Amino acid sequence: MPTLVFLEHHGEELQKGSLGVLGQAASLGDADGVIAGAGVRGLAAQAGGATKVWVADDPALAAPLPQPRVDVLAKLVREHAYDTVLFAASVLAADVAAGLAARLDAGLNWDLVGLELRDGALVGTRPALGDSVYVEVGWTGEPRIALVRSGTFEPAASGGEPEVADVAVELEDFSTRSAMLEQAHEEQSGPSIEDADVVVAGGRGLGGPESFALVEDLAKALGGAVAATRAVVDAGWYPYSAQVGQTGRTVSPKLYVACGISGAIQHKVGMQGANVIVAINKDANAPIFEFSDLGVVGDLHQIVPKLTELVRARKGGS
Amino acid sequence: MKIAVCVKEVPEAGAARRIDPQTKRLDRSGERTLNAFDVNAVEEALRLKESQGEAEVVIVSLGPQGALDSLRKALAMGADRALLVSDEAAAGSDLLATSRALAAALERESPDLILFGQQASDSDGAVLWAAVAERLRLPVVSQASELTIGEGKATVKRQTEFGYDRIEAPLPAVVAVSDAINEPRYPSLKGIMGAKSKPQDVVSASELGLAADAVGEAGSKTEVLALNDPPPRGESRKIEDDGTAAQQILDFLVEKKLV
Repeated sequence: MPTLVFLEHHGEELQKGSLGVLGQAASLGDADGVIAGAGVRGLAAQAGGATKVWVADDPALAAPLPQPRVDVLAKLVREHAYDTVLFAASVLAADVAAGLAARLDAGLNWDLVGLELRDGALVGTRPALGDSVYVEVGWTGEPRIALVRSGTFEPAASGGEPEVADVAVELEDFSTRSAMLEQAHEEQSGPSIEDADVVVAGGRGLGGPESFALVEDLAKALGGAVAATRAVVDAGWYPYSAQVGQTGRTVSPKLYVACGISGAIQHKVGMQGANVIVAINKDANAPIFEFSDLGVVGDLHQIVPKLTELVRARKGGS
Repeated sequence: MKIAVCVKEVPEAGAARRIDPQTKRLDRSGERTLNAFDVNAVEEALRLKESQGEAEVVIVSLGPQGALDSLRKALAMGADRALLVSDEAAAGSDLLATSRALAAALERESPDLILFGQQASDSDGAVLWAAVAERLRLPVVSQASELTIGEGKATVKRQTEFGYDRIEAPLPAVVAVSDAINEPRYPSLKGIMGAKSKPQDVVSASELGLAADAVGEAGSKTEVLALNDPPPRGESRKIEDDGTAAQQILDFLVEKKLV
């Protein structure tokens, strides 16, 4: 199963989700990666586990726009007979994957939380209907394209340095018509929520932006990062870089503490990969209690500061 | 200016949704409605029409004949007409086959701007626009939280995992809007009454020049193999705060070796 994995980068780093998919692909067979950007050759060394990493380095690929990347991947698949192309889901990757599917007339399965070989055939698992059903999906032809839900696979611990090869970039006229006028980089403070072992998140139940201090204090005591729901980000209570959910980040920490979060599906998809979920909410019927390991019905304004004190005391004393 | 909005009829959110174990397709026999995420795209088209002064808004969809009922909601909001691609042979179309049918319909319309909503609430699919744009060889921008049209260009504020980008694409272009882009209007009574008399065309796949094996299961490259129950989560505990909740949470975290 010669597989090509799209290795998305941001700044000087290959994305953790892409490396997770690469690790899974390498465990199933021969996996190569492809990096597309400007001045990105040096990033190939981060792709341990890949047999080979293709580098498409071209000023026309500087902006994270999907269509020129479709051109790069389509050429590689055609010239090197990859039968499988895998992506870690992201805003960019979804558009590249679907464009590639149409270009190559290839089947695309999305939102996969599992990917395995069964009697030589690739089988994916896709949660459906609010994760109440797990659908096993397959492909009836090659190449097979898949988008994997982020946080599904952890990057492999290490791997040998891959062979690096350059790709000649040839772009379609319509692929370069979109132009990036302004690429935003919202700087984060504190540990990245995607890499943190502990994430403490706040939602509308906080009541107002000033209550985020409670969340920040608990996160600090636990040595974790702060996250927020889309509702409170849209309301301007907390910066977008902390948003967890469908259009924000997907996190899979060891511990996720949800404070005043109802647990709508849009939020759930961003945090359900957490090992342990603790939820504090005054509404006993909040959906978040259906997928929490410990659900606490009560007033977070009372409970969270107390918990912060208890954690501090324990850490200070042990 | 002509704006096409691609929409989908989906099962009503409140309706008990199930996948038919025989066909392995979503059971669409219950109450149906216009996909809520598509309503944002319809609203954005209507706002553009209002700000541009003159524009035609065409609703384009692939679905069974009955889907016209849901499309009429968009007409009631103010869209001018609807074009439904409906064909027995198109049932069970996956992304690939659906993008083929929509692209054929859009090719016939040749709009200046093609809008999509951010996802389908039934399949959770959020990729169709990029496949359609590829087939039409048009620029595409997704996750638009702001959209302005001027001087033959679309300017989009795009939300990604890293913040907000500003992207410009010459028309014709495909733009997928997020549900944060606007608050959709409710159809007025006058709008609802008037919707019935607006043009609602139904075309078959072959009328669009598509071969029978270009749509439906024959035109698809993915399949559903099995339906399973989700894996159980570990034991779940729920407590009411009696003043000791903070201590109980700490004990739980200690037990799980998380502090």
